[in-house]
Amino acid sequence: MLRVTHHADISLRINGADHALSLDTRTTLLDALREHLGLTGSKKGCDAGQCGACTVLVDGRRANACLLLAVAVDGREITTVEGLAAGEELHPLQAAFIEHDAFQCGYCTPGQICSAVGMIAEAREGWPSGAADDLLAYPVLDDGEIRERMSGNLCRCGAYANLVPAIAEVAR
Amino acid sequence: MRPFAYERATDAAGAVAAIAQPGTMYLGGGTNLVDLMKLGVETPERLVDVSGLPYDRIEDVPGGGLRIGAAVRNSELAADRAVRERYPLLARALLSGASGQLRNVATIGGNLLQRTRCAYFQDVSKPCNKRRPGSGCPARDGDHRNLAILGHSEACVATHPSDLAVAVAAIGGEVHVTGPEGERTVPIPGLHRLPGDEPQRDTVLEPGELVTALELEPLSTGLAARSTYRKVRDRASFSFAVVSLAAAVDVADGTVRDCRIGLGAVAHGPWRAWRAEESLRGAPATEANFATAADAELAQAEPLRDNAFKVTLARNLLVATLAELCGEVA
Repeated sequence: MLRVTHHADISLRINGADHALSLDTRTTLLDALREHLGLTGSKKGCDAGQCGACTVLVDGRRANACLLLAVAVDGREITTVEGLAAGEELHPLQAAFIEHDAFQCGYCTPGQICSAVGMIAEAREGWPSGAADDLLAYPVLDDGEIRERMSGNLCRCGAYANLVPAIAEVAR
Repeated sequence: MRPFAYERATDAAGAVAAIAQPGTMYLGGGTNLVDLMKLGVETPERLVDVSGLPYDRIEDVPGGGLRIGAAVRNSELAADRAVRERYPLLARALLSGASGQLRNVATIGGNLLQRTRCAYFQDVSKPCNKRRPGSGCPARDGDHRNLAILGHSEACVATHPSDLAVAVAAIGGEVHVTGPEGERTVPIPGLHRLPGDEPQRDTVLEPGELVTALELEPLSTGLAARSTYRKVRDRASFSFAVVSLAAAVDVADGTVRDCRIGLGAVAHGPWRAWRAEESLRGAPATEANFATAADAELAQAEPLRDNAFKVTLARNLLVATLAELCGEVA
């Protein structure tokens, strides 16, 4: 059992590397990444789970890093946008975002890409979405499905017209 | 955010023992609680993390029901084969809630116990009888477009935001809880209470009680086959309901044999439409009868200055959805 007062010594495995951290219990995973580890790829937009700019993968599942207490994800495997490329080789979604010009200011992009990685994995496991006519059918990621499944990521520039094709290219 | 101590429980007994210390709250996925702590609405001195307790299974119950551990994540439950096959309205309710990211983290127990999104409750600079009993309710004469039309009180006009709870209220079920006084079950509908003069109490749970499981009653194949969850909201996805509806109808030879109807975003908890159901059972499945049923239920509505449209919206949603569900057999 982990029991701490206002400070916690925790260990996070981030992008394949272990990090020992001594944090105020109030620290969110997002602040731990950005302020304590210098991993500023994950962005702080609303800080309330409403915009998706902070989306990371926790044990392979997408989550809003702004609403996770770092102490509560002690020992979990975290993947951020910095961990997606294989060396100089971009992740297919990163390459597709460039190819399709799927951003304008770029602030929501790391969250969009991490969310899309998690979303495609969910669909490949057969998870349904609210856009499905048949809940039991294996999902086909058409534009309507992608829009519904990506609704947790907002783009204030309105780059959706290029975001959807970029994700679709990798998803199909 | 106020400083707090943190403890990760490994069993329910440890969690219940820890909660006895004043100022302690349970932490599940945290998608609501952490947000409320940032806003200063919740100011726990200590959190007991119960998200790792061994309540992460979805199991068949003899007789056809389903038992869902309180720590199961919303997305896992929506994807569960048994839920999709036997309780499609529940899967649809879950999939209509929040976003993919939030559904991956939010637990079933936490979903049922989440707090209202009333703007005054979430703003500590404003009075709110739910947050600070006796301080007043600015929503009654203020911004209440999306607040209650049924069962509200002088003290509180908040609505409960859970989609899951609406589907469960229509299906029927119970939560298993453990607490300082031992274990018990609480039926749904019945877990959530009307505000009355104690709006600070969302549910009938006692302080320190921990939800360990949600158990669903069996839903007949006739009802399950013609069931759905419809959610009207201000944008097409990732938004709380303006009005929502969980409905199941068993129709044979043009007559309603059985039905289950729950309304969401209209009251302090999920609203089981008992009067509409009573009006429909045994009646010919016609649009006129659906309208009569909707009117029977909504005759109790007491809309506020700016939310009378929700009465019409609920009525139209009920009629259109029942017609659609019954149309599939005609």
